[in-house]
Amino acid sequence: MGVNTIPSGWFLENAWLIALIPAIGFAAIIAFGKKLPMKGSEIGLASITASLVISVGAAVQWIQRTNFVDETTEGYVEPVIKTWTWWQSGGVEFGLGQHIDGLAVLLLLLVAFISLLVQIFSLEYLRGDRRYTHFFAALTLFSSGMLVMVLAENMVQIILGWELMGLCSFLLIGHWWEDGANSRAALKAFFTVRVGDVGLLVGTAIVFFGAHQWAVDNLDSHGFSVQAISAWALSGDASSSALLWGSVALFIAAIGKSGQFPLHTWLPDAMAGPTPVSSLLHSSTMVVAGVFLVARLYPLFWEGLSIGPGAINLIAIIGVITLIVAALLAFVQNDIKKVLAYSTVSQLGYMMLGLGTGAWLPAVFHIFTHAFFKCALFLCAGSVSHSGSHHSFDMKKDMGGLARKMPITAGTWIISTLALAGIFPLSGFFSKDEIIANVGYNGYNLFMWLAFLGAFMTAAYMARATYLTFFGTPRGAAAGEHHDEHHGDDAHGDDAHGDDAHGDDAHADAHAEHHGSHGPHESGPLILVPIVVLTFLASIAGFTNAVPFGENFEILKRYVEPRAEVVAIEDTRLTIAGGPGQSVGSLAPQAKYDDACGFAAPPEGTVCLFPAVSHAPFKWSKGFLALGIVGAGLVSSWLFSVALYTRRDRRLVGLTERFAPARWGYQFLWNKYYLDHLYEKVIVRAVAYPIAASAYWFNQKVLDRIVDTAGTSTRQAGEFVYRNIDQTLVDGAVNASGFVASETGHALQPVQSGKVNQYGALLFGAAAVAAIVLVIINV
Amino acid sequence: MLAVNFLILAAVLFSIGVFGVIARRNAVMVLMSVELVLNSVMLNLVAFSQITDSIDGQLFALFVIAIAAAEVGVGLAMVLMVYRNRRSIALDELSEMKG
Repeated sequence: MGVNTIPSGWFLENAWLIALIPAIGFAAIIAFGKKLPMKGSEIGLASITASLVISVGAAVQWIQRTNFVDETTEGYVEPVIKTWTWWQSGGVEFGLGQHIDGLAVLLLLLVAFISLLVQIFSLEYLRGDRRYTHFFAALTLFSSGMLVMVLAENMVQIILGWELMGLCSFLLIGHWWEDGANSRAALKAFFTVRVGDVGLLVGTAIVFFGAHQWAVDNLDSHGFSVQAISAWALSGDASSSALLWGSVALFIAAIGKSGQFPLHTWLPDAMAGPTPVSSLLHSSTMVVAGVFLVARLYPLFWEGLSIGPGAINLIAIIGVITLIVAALLAFVQNDIKKVLAYSTVSQLGYMMLGLGTGAWLPAVFHIFTHAFFKCALFLCAGSVSHSGSHHSFDMKKDMGGLARKMPITAGTWIISTLALAGIFPLSGFFSKDEIIANVGYNGYNLFMWLAFLGAFMTAAYMARATYLTFFGTPRGAAAGEHHDEHHGDDAHGDDAHGDDAHGDDAHADAHAEHHGSHGPHESGPLILVPIVVLTFLASIAGFTNAVPFGENFEILKRYVEPRAEVVAIEDTRLTIAGGPGQSVGSLAPQAKYDDACGFAAPPEGTVCLFPAVSHAPFKWSKGFLALGIVGAGLVSSWLFSVALYTRRDRRLVGLTERFAPARWGYQFLWNKYYLDHLYEKVIVRAVAYPIAASAYWFNQKVLDRIVDTAGTSTRQAGEFVYRNIDQTLVDGAVNASGFVASETGHALQPVQSGKVNQYGALLFGAAAVAAIVLVIINV
Repeated sequence: MLAVNFLILAAVLFSIGVFGVIARRNAVMVLMSVELVLNSVMLNLVAFSQITDSIDGQLFALFVIAIAAAEVGVGLAMVLMVYRNRRSIALDELSEMKG
């Protein structure tokens, strides 16, 4: 067998360093970050940069590896899997390791890159913040957690990374916890995601018990291994109920983490965190963890939820509901970050819809493009609040007409908006339309039209937000007004920017003006550079998988999507059981067999590791339809915004007060479908209050009674013991011994005369007595 | 019986020594009496060495001589200090150790 014919390389073999370096960086920042000249941010930047370098190296080597396979065997490109035993329990080894394939490489690159840009942005945005060091520590730990999950070789490692991200999300949303609203938002995010996390644990357990025996028998592996689970799911031997409930439970985890309906409510509240946090965690990386989970274990969901045969399934339904529901909510938000948050939720719905309908690659592609333009949009919002609206995010009160004052921010925002809406040739056009086209191609026609509706709404709410922020008449802080009441309740504004920590010469002028007039102005280069870079990438990222231009542009399809080939078990066993820290071997090419993976069980002695997903051919008719819909959304919303917000058209202003159905609709949306009420007032009350009441009753009547009785009887027993045993017996013995010792001492006192001669006499007398005794005994 | 004579001499020396330790007031005299006791023991050791035809006892006697020298050194130093403090070495006046 041709071992070591597939080129691997140092970066692929050591990709686990990508996650380890930021973890070490986190520890270093916590340990001595405060003493460093840049307060620990340099460690964060350095560790993320190192991760990025290794990620780039790994990506290059992965491409070489794939090219090699394509030139020789055109078969399955074997992932680079390594594992080290973390701990053992009951004969099962829990490992930490790496599973490097195209998906992992893509996301490693993405996460490291965006983390780096956001950290650069934070240098300026959080300058002078009182918990500057901790902010960078948490950002670095977050990157490490996300990378751990992306690298994950087994389910336990996925859980580890998943929980690390949850922790950092909590820490970072509540970064300014002095404000009660922020700490409440942090708690809400944590607990809401926690509801889903139960699904992750349950799902992992179900899959483990379903797959473990099969994995041991066939692959010498175990039921946590991602590769073993994939092979098990597609083997045809898997129990359908384990597949179904395992995938449903894991999807519930994805619902929580990726803000899918009905657990999306935490994501908009999470905007209480600093803007870099929103742009890194809550738009581009952490919230796609759920999508990544589904994409990573795709064979499980493919079989468990019958995606292959084209069934209407849970993922597709949740995805499409999320995308419509969140897009509607984005229309009634006044907070620019909340518009973006709902937009994120809606785009995550697209990704889930894609995964649920068999469009694996378009969904992953959308993760990739969405990260760039959404991160850029959030950073633009941060730039606006930092330099334009005096730390306010309220579009109606404090923004408007900022395009003239902040041309670069406005320009990048508009480009990113068009990318999000899906205007040719920006990236959103390719990724979103690919999802929509594949949804239709796989036979989900209703969902396809709903996705088109979502695209219309996306364009419309983004046009509204753009108009309110950058055009029309300046209002509030954007008009240069300095209102103290706002300053007062925005406490973190003072923390972040109030003192004179702006030492950077490049910004000295800008900040002098900032502190002088508080008028809007353009932000400094540390803020603008990441935005411009991201916007540039958002513009061109679409060409990494530009289906309309043919095969040569389908880079992601070639390098990221796993090949749906059958693989001989002997080779896989070598790969999986490579031993601690080893990765071994290559896969021999298999004869093609007729039924594709995911549709029929693979032949004896082979396994499938990825289902044969379909790819819709591009049709310009659909492309133009999508462009038309997006264009209509942009234009109609723009005209509406001009009429409503600037010309104050009498027919539109106050429409929601005058016209009952409009008012009801507005109220319904304004209250976010009353989901928060449902959760907090109904479910929490219904669940928590009776439980609390009965627990209180139980506590008072039963537990307290028991405790009281126990306490009383213990006290009585104690008193009895005290009187009879302690006082009489023990004390008696103690006193008696003391008394005896004392009396003996007094009796013997005269012996101690202090006279040496007497001592000598005693000594010799005693010796004489001892000698006599000896003599008597011996005779 | 040669050995018995040695033992009798040792017993006499020991008794004189004990008497000196008990009856003498002068500290130097007490020390000298202690030496007598030690010497009687040494005489015993040598005598038994002769009886059992073994060198061990004589060897042990050499050690006792060395220790006796050290003991007298310490004892005389203490007597000297007592004399400097009290201008007297009468032992019956030294009763600070009375219990």
